[in-house]
Amino acid sequence: MNGLSITNVHKRFGEIDALIGVSFEVAPGEIVAPLGPSGCGKSTLLAIIAGLDSSDQGDVQWDGVSLAGIPAHRRDFGLMFQDLVLFPHKNVSENISFGLQMQHVQKEDADKRIAEVLELVGLPGFEERDVNTLSGGEAQRVALARSLAPRPRLLMLDEPLGSLDRSLRERLVFDLRDILRQSEQTALYVTHDQEEAFTLADRVVLMNTGRIEQIDTPQDLYRRPASVFVARFLGLNNLLDGTLQTHDGNMEVITQVGRFLIPPHEIDLPRLKDDKYLDSDEDDQRPVTLLLRPDAVSLKADGSFQLYGTVQETTFRGSTCRAVILVNGLPLRFDFPAAVSVPGAGEAVTLGFEAHQALQLFFVDSASSSAQDR
Amino acid sequence: MDTRVDRDRAALKYLPAMPHQARFKRPRLTSILLWLAPLIFLLLFYFYPLGSILGMSFARAQGSILAPFIEALSSASIRGVLWFTFWQALLSTLLTLAIGLPGAYLLARYEFRGKSIIKALTGIAFVLPTLVVAAAFNALLGPQGLVNSALMSTFGLQQPPIHFTNTLTAILIAHMFYNTTIVLRLVGDFWSRLDPRLGQAAAVLGANKWSTLRRITLPLLLPAIASAALLVFIFTFTSFGVILVLGGPQFATLETEIYYQTVSLFNLPLAAVLALIQLVCTLALTIIYTRLVSGLSRPLSLRPTHITQRKISTWRGRFLAGIVILVLMGLIVAPLFALGFRSISNFERTESSTARQGYGAPVWRGFTLENYRQLNINRRGSLFYASPATTIAVSLGYAGATVVLAILLGLPAAWVLSRRRSSFLNRSLDPLLMLPLGTSAVTLGLGFIVALDKPPLDLRASPLLVPLAHTLVAFPFVVRSLTPALRSISPRLREAAAVMGANPRTVFRHVDLPLVARALLVAAAFAFTISLGEFGATALIARPEYPTIPLAIYRLITRPGMQNYGQALALSTILMLVAGLGMLAIERFRIADIGEF
Repeated sequence: MNGLSITNVHKRFGEIDALIGVSFEVAPGEIVAPLGPSGCGKSTLLAIIAGLDSSDQGDVQWDGVSLAGIPAHRRDFGLMFQDLVLFPHKNVSENISFGLQMQHVQKEDADKRIAEVLELVGLPGFEERDVNTLSGGEAQRVALARSLAPRPRLLMLDEPLGSLDRSLRERLVFDLRDILRQSEQTALYVTHDQEEAFTLADRVVLMNTGRIEQIDTPQDLYRRPASVFVARFLGLNNLLDGTLQTHDGNMEVITQVGRFLIPPHEIDLPRLKDDKYLDSDEDDQRPVTLLLRPDAVSLKADGSFQLYGTVQETTFRGSTCRAVILVNGLPLRFDFPAAVSVPGAGEAVTLGFEAHQALQLFFVDSASSSAQDR
Repeated sequence: MDTRVDRDRAALKYLPAMPHQARFKRPRLTSILLWLAPLIFLLLFYFYPLGSILGMSFARAQGSILAPFIEALSSASIRGVLWFTFWQALLSTLLTLAIGLPGAYLLARYEFRGKSIIKALTGIAFVLPTLVVAAAFNALLGPQGLVNSALMSTFGLQQPPIHFTNTLTAILIAHMFYNTTIVLRLVGDFWSRLDPRLGQAAAVLGANKWSTLRRITLPLLLPAIASAALLVFIFTFTSFGVILVLGGPQFATLETEIYYQTVSLFNLPLAAVLALIQLVCTLALTIIYTRLVSGLSRPLSLRPTHITQRKISTWRGRFLAGIVILVLMGLIVAPLFALGFRSISNFERTESSTARQGYGAPVWRGFTLENYRQLNINRRGSLFYASPATTIAVSLGYAGATVVLAILLGLPAAWVLSRRRSSFLNRSLDPLLMLPLGTSAVTLGLGFIVALDKPPLDLRASPLLVPLAHTLVAFPFVVRSLTPALRSISPRLREAAAVMGANPRTVFRHVDLPLVARALLVAAAFAFTISLGEFGATALIARPEYPTIPLAIYRLITRPGMQNYGQALALSTILMLVAGLGMLAIERFRIADIGEF
C-alpha cells in the first residue's frame, strides 16, 4: 500500500495504555485527522509515527516499508508542534532553511524555496524578521512554512491552532486547508476540535482512551456515529437508555420518554461485537441506547413519530436556536433553525420526526467495539 | 486579530532576562528609608575601603596616574603573577566546564535514583571553606594522604609515589571540585527546563543528534554556559586558600600576592595597586559578560522538569551515566571521605632502617579520636597561640554576629526590592548590592586594613571588624535568598486567606510568617556558613590571638609534624560537618533556586 500504514500499534506508559491496537492508513495526498478528547493518545501516535517515540508493539510503514529502527531525522516526515517551537535564536529564514540545510540543499535553491513557502503561507518578504516578534498567527504560518520547506513525504500537525483565539483559528483553518491542498501534501492533522477536523480532513480517525472508535469521512461520521461515545463526542446528546424487542421483523424500543415502534428496515441496526448484524426477524430482547438527533426534529406534529413536552429554556445561538424540552421528565436538547419561532419556557410543544432521519440505535455491549474501518 | 494578547501571554513565560519596561516611578519615602541602612553600610565598609585602596595606589603616582600601574607591571615577577592568574583561571574554567557539562546534561534530562544526593553533595562542596577543601585533598593525595599511605605500605615504598601537593594539578583539581556545582546548577537548571521539542523539531527536520546539539541546544544554552563560565573564572581568578595551601610557595596569583605583599612585606601601596588591577579585571569581565549575555539570550518558553526528563532506558545510556556519576563522585566524595576517615584514623610510621629521611610507610592502626582530644590542649602556651577549642568559640561568635548583621541589613533591602521591582531606585541600587560578590576577599580585607585604621573609623581593635567583613561577603547571598521569598507573598495570597475567613493576625501567622521564616532560615544559614569558612579577608584582618577555624587550620597545616596535621584534619572535619549541615538547611528550606545568583 502506498502512503502511511499503521498496523496494530500498542503503547503503554507505566500503568496507562496510551494506544491499544491502533491501525489505519493514509493514502498519498490525503489529509487524515485523528480527533479525540485530550489524553486519547493522538499525540503519542504522532510521536511514534515521527520516530520520536517507539511503540511497544505494531508497525508503522511507508509505501510498504517498515520504519522500525529508522530515527526521526531520517524519516523525511514533517511535524508541526502545538506551540510551534520555532528556534528562538534564528530568524524566519534561518528557521525555514534549517530543514533544507539538513538536506544539503544549495544556498540559491534554499533561498528560492524559502521565498516560495513564505509566499505559500502568505508571508512574502518575512525572511529577515525576528521570530520572537511575530504575532500568534504569523508564528503559526512560519512554523507551517518551516515544516513544508523540505517537502516532507508526510506532514504531521499536532493541534497547530490550539493556542490561538477563536476567530483567528477559524480563519487560519481555511488557509491551512488551501495550503495543504495546493501543495498536495499528505498530512495527519491531530486535533480535539471537531470543526477543525471536519473542515480540513478527507477522513477523520476518532479516538478514545487509546482506541480508534471510528474512521470515516466527516459526513459519514456525523450521519452515522458508530458508538455512543462518538455520538456524544459530536454533541449528539439525546441518548436514551432502553430495551429493544423484536417481533416479526418489527422493532420496539422502550425508553423513559416512551415506546418507539419502528417498521422493518426503517433504520439500520448496529453491528454486534462479533461483527454480525442482528437478525431482525428473530425474536429477541436486548438493552440499547437510542439516539434522538437534535437537528432532525420539527415543532410540528408531522412525521410518523411524535413526542409531547414542555419547553424548559431556549438559547439563541446565531444560526440556530437550542431548546431544552422536558419530555416525560427527561430534558432533551434540540436545535431548530433560527427562522423557526420556538415557544417560550413553560409552553407545551409537540415534536415530530421520521425514524430514519432522527433515530439511531446502539447496543449497550457494543458501545466501543465497532472500531474497524467500514 | 493576531494581536498583542498572544505575545503578552507568551512573554509571561519568557526568561526574566528580558529587560523590564523602563517605567519611571518616583521613589517613596519609605523605600528611601529602608535603603538607608544597607546603603550606609556599603558606603562605609565597601566603597570607602575600596576608595582608600584607590587613593593609596594613586598616592604613589608621580606625574601620570598610570605610573604606579606601569611600575607594577614593569616588574617581571608581577607580570608573571598576572599571567599565571589568568591562565590557571582559564584552564580551571575549561576543565570545570568539561566535567560539568556532561553532568549538567545528565541531571537535566534524566530522572534516576540518587540524583538529589548528587546535587546536594556537589552543593556542599561549593560552600566548603577553601581550607577544608585543601585539607581534604591533602588527606586524599598529599604526602601523608590515604592514597600515598596505601601505596607505600602495599609496595614497601620509602617515598610517597604521588606528588600532588604543590603542583598545578592540585590547584586545578581543587578548583574543579569547588566549581563544578556552578556548572551543574546554572547550566543544568536551564537545560532541564529547555523545551525538548526544540530538539525534536530539529530531528524531524532531518538533524541528527550532533547537528541538533551544535545548532540548536548549545546556542540556546550559551547564556547559561557563559554565566557559569564567568562565575567559575572569577572565582578561580580570585582563588586564595586553594593556591596558598595546595599550590605552595612557587605558585602566586594576584590574590596570594596581595596577601603576601600585605602580611609579609608590609608593602601596602603595591598591594593596593595589585588589588586595583584585580578589581579592574573582574569588573571588565563582568561588563563584557553582561554585554555578551544580553546579546545571546533569547526569549524561551521554559518547561516544567517532569515534561523534559525521562528515565535512562538503554544499557549504553546507563554505562555513560555511570561514568559521569563515578567521575563526579570521585572528584567530590573521595576527598571529603578521605578527610573524615583520616581525621579519626591512627596512623603510625613503621621504623624503617633503610629510610634515610626518617620517612617510613605509615600503617593504619585503627580508629581513634586522639586528633579531636588534642584540640583541647594548648601544648605550647605561646602568646598568640589560641587552642583550637578557642578558635571554634571565636568562629561561632563571629558567625553569630555576621548572621545578625547580615539579616538586619539584608532584610530591609530585600523588602524594598520585593515590593517595587521596577522602581528607579530599585533598578539602580540592585546591582550595587551585588558588587561585593565580584570583589575578592583579600581585596576587601586589604581595604579594611587601609581604611579602618584611623579615627573616626578606627576599628582595628574592634571585635566587630571580622564580622563586618564577613557580612560584606554574605550580604549579596542574604539579599538574593530573601527577595524571592518576600516577593512570593503576593497580596493575592493574603486576600485569598482573608476571603476564606482569616483575620489579619491569622493571615500573618499562616501566610507571611511561614514564608518569611523559611527564607530567613536560608539567609541565616548562608551567612553562618560563609562566615565560618571565610578565609581570604579574615587572614588579613583577624587579630592573631583570636584566629578563626580556617586560620587555625592554615596554621596547623603549614606546621610540620603528625600531631599538627592530625589536628588540622580534625578541625577541618568539624568545619566540613557544620558547613554541610548549613548547606542541607539551605537546600531543605530554600524557595527559589541558586539560579538567582
